[in-house]
Amino acid sequence: MAVIFERTNGLTEKPFHYCPGCTHGVIHRLVGEVLEELGVLGETIGVAPVGCSVLAYDYFNCDMHEAAHGRAPAVATGIKRVFPDKVVFTYQGDGDLASIGTAEIIHVAHRAEKITTIFVNNAIYGMTGGQMAPTTLIGQKATTAPYGRDAGATGRPLKVSEMLATIDGAVFVERVAVNTPANIRKAKKAIKKAFEVQLSGEGFGIVEILSTCPTNWGLTPTESLKWLEENMMPYYPLGNFRTPEEVK
Amino acid sequence: MAKILMKGNEAIGAAAIKAGCRYFFGYPITPQNELPEYMSREMQKVGGCFVQAESEVSAINMVYGAAGTGARVMTSSSSPGIALKQEGISYIAGAELPCVIVNISRGGPGLGGIQPSQADYFQSTRGGGNGDYRLLVYAPATLQEAVDLTMEAFEAADFYRNPVMVIGDGMIGQMMEPIEFKEPAKRELPPKDWATTGTKGVRKPNIINSLALDPAELEKHNIHLQKKYAEMEKNEVRYEMYNMENPEIVMVAYGTTARVVKNAIAMLKEAGINAGLIRPITLWPFPTKAFDEIPANAKALLSVEMSMGQMIDDVKIANNGRLPVHFYGRAGGMIPTPDAVVDKVKEILGGVK
Amino acid sequence: MATQQVICAGFGGQGVMSMGQLLTYAGMIEDKNVSWLPSYGPEMRGGTANCSVIISEKPVGSPIVTHATSAIVMNLPSLLKFEKDLVEGGILLINSSLIERKASRDDVKAYYVPANEIANEIGNAKVANMVMLGAFLELTKVVSVDSIIAALKKVFGPAKEHLIPMNKEALEKGAEAVRG
Repeated sequence: MAVIFERTNGLTEKPFHYCPGCTHGVIHRLVGEVLEELGVLGETIGVAPVGCSVLAYDYFNCDMHEAAHGRAPAVATGIKRVFPDKVVFTYQGDGDLASIGTAEIIHVAHRAEKITTIFVNNAIYGMTGGQMAPTTLIGQKATTAPYGRDAGATGRPLKVSEMLATIDGAVFVERVAVNTPANIRKAKKAIKKAFEVQLSGEGFGIVEILSTCPTNWGLTPTESLKWLEENMMPYYPLGNFRTPEEVK
Repeated sequence: MAKILMKGNEAIGAAAIKAGCRYFFGYPITPQNELPEYMSREMQKVGGCFVQAESEVSAINMVYGAAGTGARVMTSSSSPGIALKQEGISYIAGAELPCVIVNISRGGPGLGGIQPSQADYFQSTRGGGNGDYRLLVYAPATLQEAVDLTMEAFEAADFYRNPVMVIGDGMIGQMMEPIEFKEPAKRELPPKDWATTGTKGVRKPNIINSLALDPAELEKHNIHLQKKYAEMEKNEVRYEMYNMENPEIVMVAYGTTARVVKNAIAMLKEAGINAGLIRPITLWPFPTKAFDEIPANAKALLSVEMSMGQMIDDVKIANNGRLPVHFYGRAGGMIPTPDAVVDKVKEILGGVK
Repeated sequence: MATQQVICAGFGGQGVMSMGQLLTYAGMIEDKNVSWLPSYGPEMRGGTANCSVIISEKPVGSPIVTHATSAIVMNLPSLLKFEKDLVEGGILLINSSLIERKASRDDVKAYYVPANEIANEIGNAKVANMVMLGAFLELTKVVSVDSIIAALKKVFGPAKEHLIPMNKEALEKGAEAVRG
């Protein structure tokens, strides 16, 4: 019988702890596959965040470093400066990257550190129990926004990719989603490109991935995919915001 | 090697490079700026790397990342900046990584001032970060000692896989004294087989981590750390006993304050009063055993500090109720004068007699 | 030699810090125990600047000068600030080009050196500090002029070695001014 799908060597054998319908698993697989396909697994050091993917260090089949909340880009900088020829990436959620870690993500781009950031945006704090994130949509309910996010009191959701695309050192910025097989394929392409940009030493690359959180959104997995498409994608348009060619 | 005259901040930087430090992550703050400035100049000459981070928080997390690779790495700051680094220091201690942190301290609390102070004794010996952890804390009193201890700090950090702090007040950072670079005693260092160097596909991934969600596992980790700290208490205590043959009173002081006290001891001698000094060189582990060696005729202890009284807590613990413990301190960047220390000693001895 | 505790003080740009450093460096060359401690902070930016220099046969205790054996004051605020710190019989060197006032204490030995005028005669106002240093060395003999020159060579490096003769002249003129 022909093998048509197998687990990538980019991931360990450890079963994911993620909730049913959560797209972290898909994104982990894409990153693992890309690292394997680029043949860099043995030369890669990943940095895990604080949030639902805090245990990412158990899943990626490469050396890993668990950072403090929001500090992954700083930790990655320390690693990359020691090993400029190795592949260094951070894997961060929207609480980690877009809230507590804004200084770190802006300055890793500002310094044009040759690292890759995988930014998982599901518009909510997952691990701590569904609190409002800077990326939570207007009207979206959260445990710290029980009446729905109110722009008057909390501002409007932060568009990280658009913001980072204003920084010269961020040479690859793309927003993708993992709600359909077609979008998943596009997401993988973007992730691959981001790592290739690192390998060619051109600067900082980030892929923002619109993701779901059925548990904290209070929806079924399939409803979540639909909610992502109908609510997140209009506010967070998919597409490329920056390529190395543009920067030059 | 011939002696050279250097400013404290630069001498510490030079010592670090001589000790094999090749990565420095910092952020400007007075009175330690000459140290990152020196590193920005010198690191590239030795194939190392200097990064001015966007904040002290980032700087210490860059240290965390670089330390995870097994590199010799350092950061420096001054009191409020060290406060910001506490998060990273706790993680580094938890993940058991070696690094050296330099605090050229200034008066507080808050933004405080920029003049010399020892008000960070609690911060450095009690840990401003969360959790049960300890730093090995060296407190040099001269620039030669600052140089020697900085070099030693890298060896000790690698030996114990633990962050080591070198704390000097603003005077240590700003003053110039002749120094000589001497090879530190080499320790038998364990291989850094835990470092994130890439698996090369031939070994299981290495994971640098301070998270342990299982309480039983985390307790085990804490017990392991505690054993390590006990080893440090056994082997790393350093102190100087000065004029301790037959003292009527024993002063306890560290860093530049100890130098002021030595002047006071000379003045007291002229006045016919014999005073001794216990000078902790490691603030943690504190030289408790030095207090067992105090000659029987000593009548009192006097803790002299550039703070409102922090080390005195350790003095009282070490003294264990044997002698009355007095305090003299100046704060906010004011430096005790030898005359004031002499007056305090006379006042105490007058009271005892 | 008794322990020398020296204060060098003036306003920023008068070279008081480098004067103190040269003295310290020369002491080190002569194998003495030395320390140099500057004032630091915002006052460095154009305000008053001072440094404490200690030169001793014994290890240096506190690097702060509290019982000054000498004070070299280049401007009036420095005279007002440090005159009181001198020990009885201490040496007070006053830059009379910029300080019209006389010493207020009569238990110290005050000397008046028109350092700026002398420096201008030599042809460079910047060597006023070296004039004062020359006077100081003549009075105290703490270190030799040769050691100061050796220190200058170290500080200047080969690129600025041509400045040595002018500095040497300043040291000599300063010494002459107090030779009485």
